[in-house]
Amino acid sequence: MLDPILAALQVVLQPHILMMVVGGCLIGTLIGMLPGLGPMSIIAIMIPIAISIGDPSAALILLAAVYYGAIFGGSTSSILINAPGVASTVATSFDGFPLARRGEAGKALTVAAIASFCGGTIGAVLLMILAPMLASVALLFHSAEYFAMMVVGLSAIAAFAGTGQVAKALMMTVLGLMIATVGQGALFNATRFTGGILELQSGIGFITLAMAMFALPEALYLVLDPKRSKRGEGGGSSEITGLRITRAEARRIAPVIGRQSIQGFLIGVLPGAGATIASFLGYAVERNIAKGADQAEFGKGSLKGLAAPEAANNAACTGSFVPLLTLGIPGSGTTAILLGALIALNVTPGPRLMTDQPDIFWGVIISMYIGNVVLLVLNLPLIPYIAKLLAVPRTYLIPFILFFTLMGAYIGQNNTTELLLLVGLGVMATILRFADYPLAPLLIGFILGPMLENNFARAMQLYGGPGFILERPMTLGLLVFALVLIVLPSWRARRARLRKAGVADGD
Amino acid sequence: MALDRWVAVVFLTICCAYGYTAFFLMDQAVPPFMQRNPVWPSSFPKILAVAGAALALAVIVGSKDSAPKDGEIDYRRLHEYKLGQALALVGLMVLYAFGLHEIGFIAATILFLTVGGALLGERRWHVLVPVSATATMVIWYLVQEVLGIFLRPFPGFL
Repeated sequence: MLDPILAALQVVLQPHILMMVVGGCLIGTLIGMLPGLGPMSIIAIMIPIAISIGDPSAALILLAAVYYGAIFGGSTSSILINAPGVASTVATSFDGFPLARRGEAGKALTVAAIASFCGGTIGAVLLMILAPMLASVALLFHSAEYFAMMVVGLSAIAAFAGTGQVAKALMMTVLGLMIATVGQGALFNATRFTGGILELQSGIGFITLAMAMFALPEALYLVLDPKRSKRGEGGGSSEITGLRITRAEARRIAPVIGRQSIQGFLIGVLPGAGATIASFLGYAVERNIAKGADQAEFGKGSLKGLAAPEAANNAACTGSFVPLLTLGIPGSGTTAILLGALIALNVTPGPRLMTDQPDIFWGVIISMYIGNVVLLVLNLPLIPYIAKLLAVPRTYLIPFILFFTLMGAYIGQNNTTELLLLVGLGVMATILRFADYPLAPLLIGFILGPMLENNFARAMQLYGGPGFILERPMTLGLLVFALVLIVLPSWRARRARLRKAGVADGD
Repeated sequence: MALDRWVAVVFLTICCAYGYTAFFLMDQAVPPFMQRNPVWPSSFPKILAVAGAALALAVIVGSKDSAPKDGEIDYRRLHEYKLGQALALVGLMVLYAFGLHEIGFIAATILFLTVGGALLGERRWHVLVPVSATATMVIWYLVQEVLGIFLRPFPGFL
């Protein structure tokens, strides 16, 4: 195992790759701090640049660096102005902002940075141990199991994405799968559902869809509701001093960071449950574990309450790379976008990635260590200066966001139709967001669609029909599991409703 | 009826059209040698159409009116938001899509950034125009020279 790691280390330590890690972290932090722009939009905007680099490992390293930079940037704006740029750092603001208001913004940022660093690093170590194990199991999978595994992944994403509204999330998944069937598929060489429109022959571009689902609605939301881009209750951008923490404080938060890094990582590995769930759960667990005065301090500026979600969300980000790198199945919207980028670069993630292209596999993992160091050493001292960016007026910010969104789609395809498609789909996505439909399942469905169909077709051909579902116990087990994932939340919601109404019999 | 149900109704219509194509129109194109295959190009779409229609019905029947989430936009009071600005910017994006082809990257982008800023209420032209122009030139240079992607800078007739 050591040889490929050393080889990858050589790849990562090249000056231009290091520049990418540093640049990606900086860009991610910068944009992640802007309230309203999540990591998905940032990565979507960065993809055309990454693809034009051409070298898959460099591209993936750049995108991964942008990803954790964005999460880190999100924590910064949560702490300084109580305006989380990213959903997964909402829990950070519970205790981070009270600390900043007490004049301890510097200390809060340090704790957040150290917790993120530890979370990310522990996550990377676990990834290094777990991913090869999982990949070796995944090598035993046949197309039938792959098909079933993807169904499990899609069900889990739907089950987690819309708590209490699984049907809506599943509907979005099916819509994504349907959009994926448009155009000339690899299967049978048949052109499907183009309605005779020539431009749809090659299907809908993945970057266009990603931009339309995330970047454009977010920008339109910023336009519609100016409050979203305004600073929170203010007070934050004043002087940030005192970045140091005491030894006693470090000792208090150390066990919290340790626990939450592991818990966050495990949550991140599960498809559907990402950094957001990990951070909220981490916060809740630590509040329950804490006793007495410690517990009372949660929500009023507790260092433990700040360290817990920060460690958890970074570890979860790393954890979400496990299913992506080993199975080729993304567990979250962000990793789905990364998967799309990889496919565009002719890399097929899956169990073979580790053996066939070890420099990509290990390069990404090692770049995570370096990225975490960069965030700690480079970004932390720069934060007071980067924070000034939060003052960019929206009259400049929004046109630029829209412009980069358009450019992303245009550079990929070079035609006007793509831009019109982007605007149309973006307006559609905004309406879907108004109606409270989750959009990540749509994109994941779209990206997994062709693979799902190909594996399904291959299994059908091998077994001469749908018999493979019954003949392969593992396939059947996975499909039953997928069904449970879908049915269980709605069944429990229904039971709770009935019990509320006093109809259910007691148990 | 709440918006999410309307969306489900629209989706149900899409599923019907999609399903009609999959069930009745696509199979005629399957060449004879493929007809003994257990899967046809239409197999997967057929499953999707049925599943999609069932889910749409489940949403139409089962969806409950819910209060807007904290921080989300309440579409019932959309007129209280900056709807005009949003629509104007969407229109501007469409114009940009055509303009990019007609008047070239540089002019179209400077116009897009300037008009976009102005639509959002910026009136300091002496700041807005130079910022847009500088950013456009920098981006054009980066895309053209660093990334090596050709963007036609000037109108087609030049």
